[in-house]
Amino acid sequence: MSQLNIKKGSSSHSAYDLRDYHEQGMERHTLALIVDNEAGVLARVIGLFSGRGYNIESLTVAEIDHTGHRSRITVVTTGTPSVIEQIKAQLGRVVPVHDVHDLTTEGVAVERELALFRVVGRGDVRVEALRLADIFRAQVVDSTLDSFVFEVTGTSRKIDAFADLMRPLGLEELARTGVVALARGEIDAEGGLT
Amino acid sequence: MEQEQMTGASMVVRALQDQGVDVVFGYPGGAVLPIYDEVFQQNRIRHVLVRHEQGAVHAAEGYARSTGRPGVVLVTSGPGATNAVTGLTDALMDSVPIVLLSGQVPTFMIGNDAFQEADTVGITRPCTKHNWLVKETDRLASTIHEAFHVAMNGRPGPVLVDIPKDVQFASGTYVGPEAAQTGHYAPKVKGDIEVITSLAEAIETARRPIFYTGGGVINSGDRACELLRRLVDKTGFPVTSTLMGLGAYPANGQNWLGMLGMHGLYEANLAMHDCDLMINVGARFDDRITGRVQDFSPDSVKAHIDIDPSSINKVIHVELPIIGDVGHVLEDLLKVWNSRGATTDAPAIKEWWERINEWRKVDCLKFEQTGSTIRPQHAIQRLEALTKDHPDRYICTEVGQHQMWAAQYMGMNDPKRWMTSGGLGTMGYGFPSSIGVQMAHPDALVINVAGEASWLMNMQEMGTAVQYRLPVKQFILNNERLGMVRQWQELLHGERYSHSWSEALPDFVKLADAFGAKGIMIDDAADLDDGIKEMLAHDGPVVVDCVVEKHENCFPMIPSGEPHNKMLLGENADTGNAIKEGGAVLV
Ligand SMILES: Cc1ncc(C[n+]2csc(CCOP(=O)(O)OP(=O)(O)O)c2C)c(N)n1
Ligand SMILES: [Mg+2]
Repeated sequence: MSQLNIKKGSSSHSAYDLRDYHEQGMERHTLALIVDNEAGVLARVIGLFSGRGYNIESLTVAEIDHTGHRSRITVVTTGTPSVIEQIKAQLGRVVPVHDVHDLTTEGVAVERELALFRVVGRGDVRVEALRLADIFRAQVVDSTLDSFVFEVTGTSRKIDAFADLMRPLGLEELARTGVVALARGEIDAEGGLT
Repeated sequence: MEQEQMTGASMVVRALQDQGVDVVFGYPGGAVLPIYDEVFQQNRIRHVLVRHEQGAVHAAEGYARSTGRPGVVLVTSGPGATNAVTGLTDALMDSVPIVLLSGQVPTFMIGNDAFQEADTVGITRPCTKHNWLVKETDRLASTIHEAFHVAMNGRPGPVLVDIPKDVQFASGTYVGPEAAQTGHYAPKVKGDIEVITSLAEAIETARRPIFYTGGGVINSGDRACELLRRLVDKTGFPVTSTLMGLGAYPANGQNWLGMLGMHGLYEANLAMHDCDLMINVGARFDDRITGRVQDFSPDSVKAHIDIDPSSINKVIHVELPIIGDVGHVLEDLLKVWNSRGATTDAPAIKEWWERINEWRKVDCLKFEQTGSTIRPQHAIQRLEALTKDHPDRYICTEVGQHQMWAAQYMGMNDPKRWMTSGGLGTMGYGFPSSIGVQMAHPDALVINVAGEASWLMNMQEMGTAVQYRLPVKQFILNNERLGMVRQWQELLHGERYSHSWSEALPDFVKLADAFGAKGIMIDDAADLDDGIKEMLAHDGPVVVDCVVEKHENCFPMIPSGEPHNKMLLGENADTGNAIKEGGAVLV
């Protein structure tokens, strides 16, 4: 059957088209999901991301309406514009997901993250850490003779920046919540987030 | 509203009855015994005892796809549920509504590695549309009703309700389907009228249009198929279909081009490649259809009608996305187009058909049957000739070359007559599926076109067919090969036939006999018609071992990753000058 000489290319040994999908630029989007607060809902959302190969940069979840059994999930993801559209459409199909909002495209949003830093040191470094914490409006939430725990709230970039400064000053441990976000200004009843 | 108290187990049976269920496919075990006890004490619902839980799900799929109603499955915990996973995945890929009820260990033992415990909702989360673990008997009835609602609405699919044994024993309040909270799940069925109007405009001016239809038309219902036929006939546009959509537009219809895709017809694929308006109705631009995405139908404006928003722009960017149910959208489209005068560019359409007719002359399915060795295409062609006039015929298939030959050489003139595993390509689908179809249509002619390897994957269901006296016809094209695998190895892997043949095949006639069914062996072309007639004449399950040429390849074929106009044709196709014209590269 040599007459059927199929051109050897990127895909000739596969049942699939093995092309490179990275033709578009990557974007970072913050999505807010309103979901039923029921067992397994987070697993469904996370499973969708891992099963379909999407990225999760950060994820937060908590109940926001106890009587209505609603939780809000904030996901920060990256992907090409078409992948971001797919992610939103796929999330919209999940039965306990009520609303999918793309805060990156739906007007302006405020994003905040909370982080706790344990910084260990004595003498000059300790003084310097405290001085910088003041500039970042970090709260001291715990202190011993040779350590502080600082609490910082702000954008992820502010927290990154504070972490970079603390590292040479004895940063031992860091915990971050991940991003939560809300659209700014007035929201009409229909498009509003609960 | 009257509120009845009953046990969880009787609630299950009551809820199924209230949903109008007449058949359940299942297999008992410890964790579902209370439910089986209730099944025993009633006779409104028939229970079919399969021989493997995978068979139960495929049988329910056959039932669902041939009736348009949900298929219902009942299995036990642990191995019962895990055996059902392939069937659920198959149903998810092909959008088949299935409601699977599984037993679970008692709630107080969940998480303890109890006997026959498996995390069924965890395992089936990615292979169901939605699933539930019911922990209170009071929630059981409404959850089952919600499960039916989710399975049937929007894009249909499989759902699972996991029911711990203590929930089956305990008493609670029953609620009927109307009173049940079916939640907020209500996908949009009406399409955007502005986009529909743009599509009507495009239909008026298109010079080389094509309808590309899929399983979504059939899932939408008989009305959608009727509207599609009206639209195709009134516009005079050519129509092709995916493997899943066969029968939505009749194969004996004037404008039918045949199936498209990897093993689709030459004229269908070239028309897709060269069209200027592609109207995708309920199909999803699967990779077996598009070939190389960058070269897919490069010069066309594309419209896409789909009830699932995630199907739109997933693979192929479309200019006219219409999210909605096919029936509703086609209805509106016809209304708008009619009110605008129902015109098309008739001279251009005529020219387009002339081009298509040139491609048709290639006669891409042509083959020659000479000598006594049966060519598989010939076997299918004779099966078609001898059964196509049957008033009530259903065709199931397994997966492989035989499946593609059946799609190419058999004509489906009505929807819900063609049951095949498309998205998942599940070997072992066809036989149990034919059982489900026959349960739903006891007097119909139900044929499973099978390959010997696929058929062996669920051959235990012979027991089911015999026990329930289901006269399913198993027509096995026996090439003693994993034919489709062998074909790829021949064409793409240097003819190194790594593990693609079976060395110890059973004697299928004796096998049928051992189960108490009829076996027929055909190995000479001269006996083919008589053998098929004997199969048709027998009132009971039949296994036909039709021994065919072992090295046949299935053509046409678009090697994966190639565009539509780079198709391989069989040696008998009349390449003539149409090839040059179509720009196809034949090597
Ligand atoms: C469960 C499963 N395993 C493996 C495959 C891969 N596969 C696709 S076709 C095929 C061969 C099928 O052989 P047979 O049923 O004899 O059909 P033929 O191609 O010979 O007509 C195989 C192994 C599959 N589709 N499904
Ligand atoms: Mg075979």
